[in-house]
Amino acid sequence: MTTTLEAPPRTAPPAASASRPNRTGTLLSVLAWLVGILFIVPVLWMLLTSFHSEADAATNPPSLFAPLTLDGYANFFGAQTGASPWPPLLNSLTASVLSTALVLLLSIPAAYALSIRPVRKWTDVLFFFLSTKMLPVVAGLLPVYLIAQGIGMLDNIWLLIILYTSMNLPIAVWMMRSFLAEVPVEVLEAASIDGCNLTRTLRTVVAPMVLPGIAATSLICFIFSWNELLFARVLTATVAQTAPVFLTGFVTSQGLFLATVCAASVVVSLPVLIAGFAAQDKLVQGLSLGAIK
Amino acid sequence: MSTEVQPRTGPAWDRSAEEKAALRRAGDWARRAPLLPALIFLIIVTQLPFVITLVISFMNWNAYYPDERGFTGFDNYRRVLTDVNTRDSIITTIQLTVSVVLVSLVLGLLIALLLDRAFRGRGVVRTMMITPFLVVPVAAALVWKHALYNPEYGLFNGVLTWIFGENAPQPDWISTMPLTAIVVSLVWQWTPFMMLIILAGLQSKPLDVIEAARIDGCSSWQIFRHMTLPHLRQYLELGALLGSIYIVQNFDAVFTITSGGLGTANLPYTIYQTFYNAQDYGRASAAGVVVVIGTIVIATFALRTVSSLFREEGAR
Repeated sequence: MTTTLEAPPRTAPPAASASRPNRTGTLLSVLAWLVGILFIVPVLWMLLTSFHSEADAATNPPSLFAPLTLDGYANFFGAQTGASPWPPLLNSLTASVLSTALVLLLSIPAAYALSIRPVRKWTDVLFFFLSTKMLPVVAGLLPVYLIAQGIGMLDNIWLLIILYTSMNLPIAVWMMRSFLAEVPVEVLEAASIDGCNLTRTLRTVVAPMVLPGIAATSLICFIFSWNELLFARVLTATVAQTAPVFLTGFVTSQGLFLATVCAASVVVSLPVLIAGFAAQDKLVQGLSLGAIK
Repeated sequence: MSTEVQPRTGPAWDRSAEEKAALRRAGDWARRAPLLPALIFLIIVTQLPFVITLVISFMNWNAYYPDERGFTGFDNYRRVLTDVNTRDSIITTIQLTVSVVLVSLVLGLLIALLLDRAFRGRGVVRTMMITPFLVVPVAAALVWKHALYNPEYGLFNGVLTWIFGENAPQPDWISTMPLTAIVVSLVWQWTPFMMLIILAGLQSKPLDVIEAARIDGCSSWQIFRHMTLPHLRQYLELGALLGSIYIVQNFDAVFTITSGGLGTANLPYTIYQTFYNAQDYGRASAAGVVVVIGTIVIATFALRTVSSLFREEGAR
């Protein structure tokens, strides 16, 4: 979505009203900037507070120009909170990366069967995938808990990996289908006339064309897995605890460690922010399940 | 997969109808094969638990009283629907979802219109706008609770002190307006989502037609009212419905900001509590089924909207 829509070339405006559209234009631009700043202030505030000492963080009015320190981060990484955030961060990374890999493994063939050589009633199948996404997770939480308890999978990262795979699979199928559907039929026909068999066509023609789509799908699945709280909170305890669950440890703290809370929020959000900015162009297509190009 | 098909039994022109059908079936299976792993996986992991939820919802099952386990018919449903807390949480869920979706949709539309124009630094503003959506939900909720809303050293009251000096009002935002506090933080997170979808809609509007209307002397408002807005309708619908699906299920903000207190417990939070704290499996399941029924109503509309977008794509 980097397409910048240039204003259509206008015919020279009459001299009398020449300054008015410009002034409105400037005003609207200033307004846009103000709104943007308003929306980013909480994030900037989180960032600034995370670099303040606890004493400077907890003042009223806020101390904008207090000296910057890394104490908040030092505290977060174990000096004062008692538990190290590294295991939860690594758990989140494991769960997100492995479930994303599984999602790709399952979704790409499925999307192929729904776009390039579609099965009969492929739209019905596609909508079935979407409908599972609309099933509230709370409704399946208890049986998952009981089953996991029965087979001894509670507090096991693989349980989360399987659940996150099922959570993201419908989105990935929809996204991958929309990317695969963009491959022109003519290109596929040309490849088959040139004597390419199916595997070769997929590898040499289709794969390079959908690679950006695969990257975008992976990033979005990664983000959703990384953010998930409810499953992780109910189904993990100490061993498989994820970063969002670790963060809930700060829920009751009455701001005594405000800088630490902010540092924790920054660290846990950082991977998602990086992934999100990288996938910015394709973010909307992914979030709207590929329904919008 | 069936391998009994023997297509090479005779010349092609000699094939019986039966053989042709068998060939087609084999082709169908070859087409279905790539689809099956995903489909089977999803049915096992998402549909099976729900069937179990349905069964448990008709059972008297509290983990604290294991001896009293047994089927009770619609007892749980009666208790869920007559229980004041559950009814309150149904109302809270509706209030929360409707207000977050509506406000973020309107804001998203206005901001998308602002960002649809070319101006200096548009990319920067767009990136600033998207950032709230990318902060991990629990982290965002924590920051709102502790760094912004806090009555003693939160940014909001700090700003009030800056403006009005020592005697500035210092409201305790979360205690005085708990639900609004959650709504505001969620609107902040979801407006970017709405904006992104609407912006995509704006950038796909037919420019030549609009230019023609402008030459014919239509005012900007007329163009917006009669051309842009109808074109955006399906994008607005899609944003509203996808937003609803996510916000109906919101857990992170309610859990973090108020822990469900002060009348802010929505259905997901109430179910979580019934199951996690009260260990009442039967009742939690019944509440879960109620949520599913509610969601199916929304989902029916959602699927219809998406399928209309979809048909349009097919027609292109």
